[in-house]
Amino acid sequence: MNPELKQLYQELIMDHGRQPRNFRVLSPCTHKQQADNPLCGDQLTLYLDVKNGVVQDIAFQGHGCAISMASSSMMTQEVKGKSVDNALALFKKFHQLIMSGESAEDMGRLAVLGGVKAFPMRVKCATLAWHALEHALSANDGQAVTTE
Amino acid sequence: MAEQPSQQQFQSSPSALVSDGRCLTDEVRHQFPTLHQHVHGQPLVYLDNAATTQKPEAVLQALDHYYRCDNANVHRGVHALSERATWAMESARDSIQQFINAANREEVIFVRGTTEAINLIAHGIAESILQPGDEILISAMEHHANIVPWQLVCQRTQSVLKVIPMLPSGELDLEAFPLLLSSRTRLLAVSHVSNALGTVNPVAKMIAIAHDHGIPVLVDGAQAVAHTPVDVQALDCDFYVFSGHKVYGPTGIGILYGKQVWLDRFPPYQGGGEMIRRVSFDHTEFNNLPYKFEAGTPAIAEAIGLGAALQWFSHFRQHTLWEHEATLLYQLHAQLKAVPGVKIIGNAKEKTAVCSFTVAGIHPHDLGTLLDHSGIAVRAGHHCAMPVMDFFNVPATVRASVAIYNTTEDIARLINGLEQALEFWQ
Repeated sequence: MNPELKQLYQELIMDHGRQPRNFRVLSPCTHKQQADNPLCGDQLTLYLDVKNGVVQDIAFQGHGCAISMASSSMMTQEVKGKSVDNALALFKKFHQLIMSGESAEDMGRLAVLGGVKAFPMRVKCATLAWHALEHALSANDGQAVTTE
Repeated sequence: MAEQPSQQQFQSSPSALVSDGRCLTDEVRHQFPTLHQHVHGQPLVYLDNAATTQKPEAVLQALDHYYRCDNANVHRGVHALSERATWAMESARDSIQQFINAANREEVIFVRGTTEAINLIAHGIAESILQPGDEILISAMEHHANIVPWQLVCQRTQSVLKVIPMLPSGELDLEAFPLLLSSRTRLLAVSHVSNALGTVNPVAKMIAIAHDHGIPVLVDGAQAVAHTPVDVQALDCDFYVFSGHKVYGPTGIGILYGKQVWLDRFPPYQGGGEMIRRVSFDHTEFNNLPYKFEAGTPAIAEAIGLGAALQWFSHFRQHTLWEHEATLLYQLHAQLKAVPGVKIIGNAKEKTAVCSFTVAGIHPHDLGTLLDHSGIAVRAGHHCAMPVMDFFNVPATVRASVAIYNTTEDIARLINGLEQALEFWQ
């Protein structure tokens, strides 16, 4: 298998893809956001419990490829405990990472998802949960998010 | 219906396209420039034919020739180029009429593709026939293109959409089917071959039953034309629709065949040039068939390209081709089943060209990406048939689909790529 593939499917991604963290229903919660990618059929529901401007808890459920599961799983780990403003700022940085392969600052473990840039057809897999996060925190209107 | 070769024939491998004792595979492959390339450093194996087929030189040359030599609008100019363009396009209509064995050339309408053809029929039925409480009957294995137009029409006309159920084998429930035909059923719309499962539906039998109840039938032939014989008069279907690009022709062109009695009854689908005979501000007189449904400048090059594709394909469209594709499909099934974790989705007795499957522990998209890096093009997703995915309780499948130019070697490469991918995935 070639290096690009190894870059895409790094151990950390495979681990989160196989055993996604925070993969459960969160109840009660303050935000519940559905997201789907109609092109490939990936679907997920993101749950957030936001109090005093801070994401106290976050979880998700759904189905998708290893990239989409891993990205969702890692996102929940990174966002938990962050303020809403910081979570939204992280969304922007993550988006930049995926689109350009580079990030303005150290993204920590999320940097492993930068390999997706070489696979334009898979960008939507990596960003689905993040779009759900952004929509939940900025709109929270109960409308489902779609990648299209 | 494609005749299935005997088990003995299946076992004789490798498969090759043979005619008059000559092996045609190399000759055929030579005519498809796209096949001769490397993808990610590996020779391309193209097994996404159910999405679209590659194009032979005959089609590329027809497109090129039209734009280089004959480019003009059709049915309008008195000049030489317009005459040649018109002749080429109308000759294409004749080729297509011959290909599907339509009784009249006026029954062959150029549209953008299967989707537009179904929308046109849905519009015609809604405008001329449907009353609140009427019923449209489709099947559980339809492509979204044969579901959504009917949902829209049913909403608009307060009609009811009914669905023939499917069995776990991936075949339609033919015992349930006649019970769904009622005095309010106005149309049966069913696919000839399922794009997600490869099931060949017994459309001739279903048409006969529907006709016994006085119900017209639309057959979605998008997945069938390249892989089974199609004779609209023998089938006695009222409508038969397909896309050019799935039968070696260009994109953006498709065919609506309809019995004249229905097409005469339907109002125009779109208004504009070409579809009129006389226009004043008080009144417009519509043109005759087929032009009544061909408003505006048509996709001239694509229509000519489709004619060329079907003429080219006609040379091969015989028992040996169906046998070749059936053997490849058998090899696909047998070899995939031997790979641990593989589950074939859709095990109908009558299948053609398409094999959908899942592999335990790896999502179809990840597998699609890994196979792509071995130079193998397959489809991963829901194949625009979400209800079929729901029925089998899978979010998506990997779909390998064969065509005239595929070989036993291609199947071996897929299996090898799959084994490598699974090793990588461990």
